[in-house]
Amino acid sequence: MYEFVSLLSAWSIPALLVFIPLYAASRRVPVYESFVEGAKDGFQTAVSIIPQLVGMMVAITVFRASGAMELLIGLLRPLLDLVGVPGEVLPLAFLRPLTGSGSLAYTADLIQTYGPDSMIGRIASTIQGSTDTTLYVLTVYFGAVGIRKAGYALKVGLFSDIIGFVASIVICALVFGA
Amino acid sequence: MVNWIWLFFLVSGIVTAAVQGNMDAVTQAVFDGAKSGVTICFGLISILVFWLGMMRIAEDAGLLKALAKLLRPVVRFLFPSVPADHPAMGYIMSNMSANLLGLGNAATPMGIKAMQELQKLNPNPSAATPAMCTLLALNTSSITLIPTTLIAIRISAQSANPAEIVGTTLLATAVATAAAILADRWYRSRLPAMPDRKG
Repeated sequence: MYEFVSLLSAWSIPALLVFIPLYAASRRVPVYESFVEGAKDGFQTAVSIIPQLVGMMVAITVFRASGAMELLIGLLRPLLDLVGVPGEVLPLAFLRPLTGSGSLAYTADLIQTYGPDSMIGRIASTIQGSTDTTLYVLTVYFGAVGIRKAGYALKVGLFSDIIGFVASIVICALVFGA
Repeated sequence: MVNWIWLFFLVSGIVTAAVQGNMDAVTQAVFDGAKSGVTICFGLISILVFWLGMMRIAEDAGLLKALAKLLRPVVRFLFPSVPADHPAMGYIMSNMSANLLGLGNAATPMGIKAMQELQKLNPNPSAATPAMCTLLALNTSSITLIPTTLIAIRISAQSANPAEIVGTTLLATAVATAAAILADRWYRSRLPAMPDRKG
């Protein structure tokens, strides 16, 4: 299963890059002109997200670098110890929705420190792989179309992050035996 | 809610730094954060330009319509308020397919394009519609079949079984996505007055 899906992942982009233009050409679409026409929007869209991303990245970096995040984690950690969850993975609960590169770096560090086949390594891997960077996705997707009122989207995103975090711990405990 | 979180990050950060006498770190963090925001955007330019070009070819060839048609039952369930033949559907489906395969670089441009198409239906362009919230929820919980980056990290850390987390990740991501869809449904049912499209 794993070999099959990873093969599929590796080949899907090259396959798409051959299939889409070939099929389009067979339907008499002027492929190069279509490409250029569509690509025109790319630059504008990317640049239009700069204000949102700069604002968000500054707030997140300040929150982390000032030690405020650590303080919050320190307050919550006794709760986790109470239910027997390794407190080392708690920072991931905060980092995962905030920064993709930050949480990946933290996961890699946990894997290096405790070993990839330790319970902490497995839980960290599962958490990192199971959700995306909610705040980044929200900033980029809504920023690109100028949405200022996010509605209930952020609540849903953060709720599913919490569920994903808890589910990762429970599933790892069940599968690998705590 | 975004306003409050943003304010909380900034204020709690600066207050903490003041109490701990760590103000230099905050000043540095402001510059670092701003810089990484711009760097990320510049990284997005190349990906967006290329994939939006490819996707236009697919759209002109009718491929996106075909994809949306193929997966119509899923789409009808998740996005009841969007007309079935609307161009947004094709982009939504290609965004979900790319996420499934773990092709994050390709998924983002398709998701942004889908948002732009949904925006055309939006009666109030500054506020998100329920359909936009659903699309966002699907992307933040993002079902991925194979977490390739993590497996690579585990291989380099000499794991005895680097891929053993594929199953647990898939289960956890399915649970998170199900939670997102349920929460999305719940909020939707509480907001009957919020229209999804003009007229």
